[in-house]
Amino acid sequence: MSAKNSTLSLIVSFLVGAIFAAGLVISGMTQASKVIGFLDITGAWDPSLAFVMIGAIGAHALAYHLWLKKRNRPYLAEVFALPHRKDIDKRLIGGAALFGIGWGMSGFCPGPALVSLVSGNESVLAFVAAMLAGMALYHIQEKAPTHQSSTPKSARH
Amino acid sequence: MDSQFVAPLAGGILIGIGATLLLALDGKVLGVSGILGGLLDVQSRRQAWRWAFIVGMLVSGYGALQLWPESLQGSPMGLGPVIVAGLLVGYGTRLGNGCTSGHGVCGMSRLSVRSIVATLVFMAAGMLTVLLMKGL
Repeated sequence: MSAKNSTLSLIVSFLVGAIFAAGLVISGMTQASKVIGFLDITGAWDPSLAFVMIGAIGAHALAYHLWLKKRNRPYLAEVFALPHRKDIDKRLIGGAALFGIGWGMSGFCPGPALVSLVSGNESVLAFVAAMLAGMALYHIQEKAPTHQSSTPKSARH
Repeated sequence: MDSQFVAPLAGGILIGIGATLLLALDGKVLGVSGILGGLLDVQSRRQAWRWAFIVGMLVSGYGALQLWPESLQGSPMGLGPVIVAGLLVGYGTRLGNGCTSGHGVCGMSRLSVRSIVATLVFMAAGMLTVLLMKGL
C-alpha cells in the first residue's frame, strides 16, 4: 500500500468510526435501558430497535450483493479482508452465548459502550474496563504455551 | 410508519453505510470487538487504523453529548452485574469472533453461516438473560 493510500485509509477509518457512532446514537442503541426493553420479549417489549437491524442490514446487504461482491479488490487497499470460514464450532456458539448473556445483563454491546465513554457515566466506564479485561484474558489464555490451538494462524499480510 | 421506528431505521441505515464505506474503500469488516481486540493482540500489526476508528467514534460521542445528552445513557443495572457483563462481553466476543456489528450487521448482510448462527445465539441468550433477571 502506498503512503498516500495508507493516510487516506486512516482518514476513512476515522470518518467511518464517526458515521457508525452517529448511527448508534440516532438509532437509540446507546440507551442501555432501551436495549434491555428490546430484549424483553415477554414483558413490555419495545420492538423499535429491530429497525436498526433492518436499516443496517438492508443498506449493507444491498451494497455488498449488488456492488462490492462483483469487485476484485477494494478501492484503497489490496484485498478484501473477509472471513471465509463456514464451520460452526463450540467456540462460535459458546462465545456468542457468553456475549448474549453479558449484553442482556447490562444492555451494552461493544460499540455503544465505547461511544458512551465520553458521558463519563460510571456504569459505562466500569463496563468498558471489564470488557477490555475480558478481551485481554482471552488473548493471554490463547497465547499460553499449554494451549493447543485448533486453528493455526494464517500468514498475516 | 409509526414515528418511533423512524430514528432506529435512519440510524441503522447510517450504520450500514459506515460498514459499506469501510469494506468498499479499505476492504475491512466493521466489527467493533475485532477492532478493539486487535489492539490487545500483540501479534496484530497495523494498529493505527483501529485507533483512528475509535477516535472517530469518540468524536461522534462527544457531539452527541453536546447536542443530545440524554441519548447516552448508562445501564439501569448495578455496578456488580455490569462488571460481570463486561467480562462476559469481552471474552465472549473474542471467543466467538464478533459482536452485534461484525456478526449481526456485516456477516448477516453477507449471508455468512457463522454470523447467522452467532447472531441467533446471542439474541436468544440476551432475551433469556433479561427474562431470568426479571425473575430474580
